[in-house]
Amino acid sequence: MSRFFLSAIFVALSTSAFAADAGKYQAVLGDCAGCHGKDLSGGVTLMTPFGKLVAPNITPDKDTGIGNYTADDFRAAMKTGVAPGGKRLYPAMPYPYYANMSDGDVAVLWSYLKTVKPVKNSVDINQLHFPFNLRIVMAGWNALFFDAKPQALEPGKSAAWNRGAYLVNGAAHCGACHSPKNMFGADKGPLTGAVLAGWYAPDLTSDKNAGLGRWSTADIAEYLQTGRNAHSIASGPMAEAVENSTSQMSDTDLNAVAVYLKDLPASRGNGGAATGVETQMKAGKDGYDINCAACHGRDGKGNALFPALAGNPNVLQVRDDTIARVVLAGTRAVSTAKAPTAPAMPSLGWKLSNQQAADILTYVRNTWGNAAPAVSAETVERVRGELHGGS
Amino acid sequence: MARMLPKKDVVIIGLGWTGSIMAQHLTDAGLNVVAIERGPWRDTATDFNIAYMQDELRYAVRKDLFLQPNVEAMTMRNDMRQTALPMRDYGSFLPGNGVGGAGVHWNGQTWRFWDSDFSIKTHLTQRYGAAKLKNLQLQDWGVTWNEIEHSFDTFEYLCGVSGKAGNLKGQLQPGGNVFESPRSREYPNPPLKMPYTSTMFAQKMTELGYHPFPLPSSNLSQAYVNPLGVRMGQCSYCGFCERFGCGNYSKASAQTTILPVLIKKPNFELRTECEVLKVNLTPDGKMAKSVTYLDAKGVECEQPGDMVLICAYGLMNVRLMMLSKIGTQYDPATGKGTLGRNYCYQTSAGARMMFEGKHFNPFIGAGALGQVVDDFNGDAFDHSKLDFVGGAGIACNVSNGRPIGNRPTLPGSPRWGAGWKQATVDGYNNTMGIGSQGSSYPVRENYLDLDPTYTDRHGRPLLRITFDFPDNDVAMSNYMSDQMKKMVRPFNAKFSAVSRLKKGWNSVPYQSTHNTGGAVMGADPKTSAVNKYLQSWDVPNVFVIGASAFAHNAGMNPTGTVAALAFWAAEAITTKYIKSPGALVHA
Repeated sequence: MSRFFLSAIFVALSTSAFAADAGKYQAVLGDCAGCHGKDLSGGVTLMTPFGKLVAPNITPDKDTGIGNYTADDFRAAMKTGVAPGGKRLYPAMPYPYYANMSDGDVAVLWSYLKTVKPVKNSVDINQLHFPFNLRIVMAGWNALFFDAKPQALEPGKSAAWNRGAYLVNGAAHCGACHSPKNMFGADKGPLTGAVLAGWYAPDLTSDKNAGLGRWSTADIAEYLQTGRNAHSIASGPMAEAVENSTSQMSDTDLNAVAVYLKDLPASRGNGGAATGVETQMKAGKDGYDINCAACHGRDGKGNALFPALAGNPNVLQVRDDTIARVVLAGTRAVSTAKAPTAPAMPSLGWKLSNQQAADILTYVRNTWGNAAPAVSAETVERVRGELHGGS
Repeated sequence: MARMLPKKDVVIIGLGWTGSIMAQHLTDAGLNVVAIERGPWRDTATDFNIAYMQDELRYAVRKDLFLQPNVEAMTMRNDMRQTALPMRDYGSFLPGNGVGGAGVHWNGQTWRFWDSDFSIKTHLTQRYGAAKLKNLQLQDWGVTWNEIEHSFDTFEYLCGVSGKAGNLKGQLQPGGNVFESPRSREYPNPPLKMPYTSTMFAQKMTELGYHPFPLPSSNLSQAYVNPLGVRMGQCSYCGFCERFGCGNYSKASAQTTILPVLIKKPNFELRTECEVLKVNLTPDGKMAKSVTYLDAKGVECEQPGDMVLICAYGLMNVRLMMLSKIGTQYDPATGKGTLGRNYCYQTSAGARMMFEGKHFNPFIGAGALGQVVDDFNGDAFDHSKLDFVGGAGIACNVSNGRPIGNRPTLPGSPRWGAGWKQATVDGYNNTMGIGSQGSSYPVRENYLDLDPTYTDRHGRPLLRITFDFPDNDVAMSNYMSDQMKKMVRPFNAKFSAVSRLKKGWNSVPYQSTHNTGGAVMGADPKTSAVNKYLQSWDVPNVFVIGASAFAHNAGMNPTGTVAALAFWAAEAITTKYIKSPGALVHA
């Protein structure tokens, strides 16, 4: 009876409807929509240090999409970065991560993509500067930085840890933003934080200051699912990742990601507390009480709506791009089904000088148990310039 | 020819408090809902920026968030013998504009009318006899306290109201309002922290034998997550509430309680900057079939729907019904007709006290922050030896100490120059006020209709308000002034003055944006425009939600009751009307 039963299940699981559903979940894990757009027809521009890249159309449209791909073509593009005709993809398409995906997961993803509505949308993908606009350059890049070998299981770790490692370093490609890059744009140092399009994607290691050392696994899972927790709230590029991807992950996978991240070895931290900044701290306290305390609290603890600044990793990163940007330009939190409010941080750039903003940020980074290097007026000036220059 | 649009299940006109409540409920019930809003989209993040929201000149003086008379004006007169003239600016009351409506700029005073309000005629007749009411057009509302109590409760929990119960299921609670009708549970949040003047007021009132309690407030005493999962912040006592949107997410409004959930629903659509011109009826006039509106580009569109919910400001509800011929115009000469009947307002007076050497710090304020006594409100006290019915809440609120509007000086002070400046410095921290917010009872000759002369930019007649304070209400208010005189005595102020209301409503100085009635609810289609479920007696697929349904106005702010009526109507639609469309009450 059991043999008959199992084979019946296998038949049921192999139907394309099941595969397409499972593939849709892979598309969520991989946040395909984040770059390729809600309808996957492409067109989202990625600003890279090497120039502009526009994500292509991956709907099954035969002329402008990937309707002419075979399953093997798709697997090769996903896992080796080589599209039909030997065309080399740029690693803005995170194939170095997708190389870790199982063939089964890539196969169901392909089943799903075949069911997506074809959209005719021709995309001018490559707007990179010379010589990066020459795709052949990527052959050399791959030789140097790309290891197509999938990540091996760690038998000494739990199933949750291994699943988390598979997701973080595979489909979810967390390091694409959170890992620092070398001068060629390849990862160096796993998940210790990186500058990204005017934001600083924070350190996800277990460092107590700059990383997630003060977060429990439940805190991490809550953040990924709802976009907020007692320590922080997602905005900027992470808001998009939460909306398109992590808020739709299963509880089991969220827990797995959290278990894996909690086990990352601590980074070298943020350099520790600011010293010799008494003047900045004094001015910063006044500025904070006037401009910030109404929402974030004089104790820096925030409340059910507004994020805490005490112990908030975004505040404590080694680089201060994100917080300087948020103070100058404001930002808006993500809205998810479980946390729909999406509160906003107002822009204060028009009323704070570079020095005032730097003083407040230095105060915030060094009060209520926080410890991080001072923020200079020059840094704020640079970020202000980037915001105005749009680069 | 209007552009014909695909049909929706429900068309909502106006997305303020009531429109948002109705839309939230009806989309939950699976209906396809479109809301058509005349004003702009407004949201806390984009429009009530905490970094510049405290701009008194822009918002309080120049009235940035309000309806402007070039969009819709009204005409006014005090009695039927006069010729009404258009109000050139909104002054006495300030209707809202845009998403959130007047619920954006309200103060957050969140009252429940009493059981004796909903059955006012029965109650007062039983207690004092019919002769006592002979000059008034008081009537029962058709809905009873026990039916609607849970709707008040739902609204209070949506908003996270901060307060102290005074009557929990019949058990009086010291420190709360012992005159309120029984409530099923405590407020969701504790009262706000009280400022100095309100604390002093409560102490003196207790010594006088009255029963002070904290004003129920939709300015939140602590951060709160409401039943929809929407989060609100703690009030920072900044004092920029009335006439302002809250930049702190701590004053309940559609934006801070419902819209984050509603706006994402696939079966909800909002069209802003679209002005509804009229509700179109079937040729026999018995059903609404669509709504005609001008979109943001001025294109005329027709939106068909199975139901039409009129959820604009109360006065606009009444005008739109008149323009659409939903119901019959009330005629004060014959008493016949229902549209425009029982227009009421608010009847207020105040007292001011000035001291020396105090530090009242009035900049610590909120919209609904203070202590109140209801010992003289409604029918909490015996009227048998008095020449009026009704009453007032008497309160010491600290709502703002803003630099332009709040410059109290001692009488006789210089009006300008260095002397005036010194007087404002002396006055600012030494002045406190108390106020009586009194009921407004309907009389035959106060009513609304369409103006015979003046039209709006689309050529439609303006609404005409014919109103003066009735003798009953003037007597009531003067009695309250007498009470306030006694109340200020124990303060031993250096100077005190109590105002007295006179006849002759003036539309220029600000008084209150509590305009009620005109499309009142009731059990009798001869005296009410909508039934107890706020469903039009004449066109049963039209519901009219708002203070337009109040059969009279009490000595309390209306929003709590407006919203309770919206929840009550929404429940009737989802539990009764959807299953069996048609008249829910047969006259």
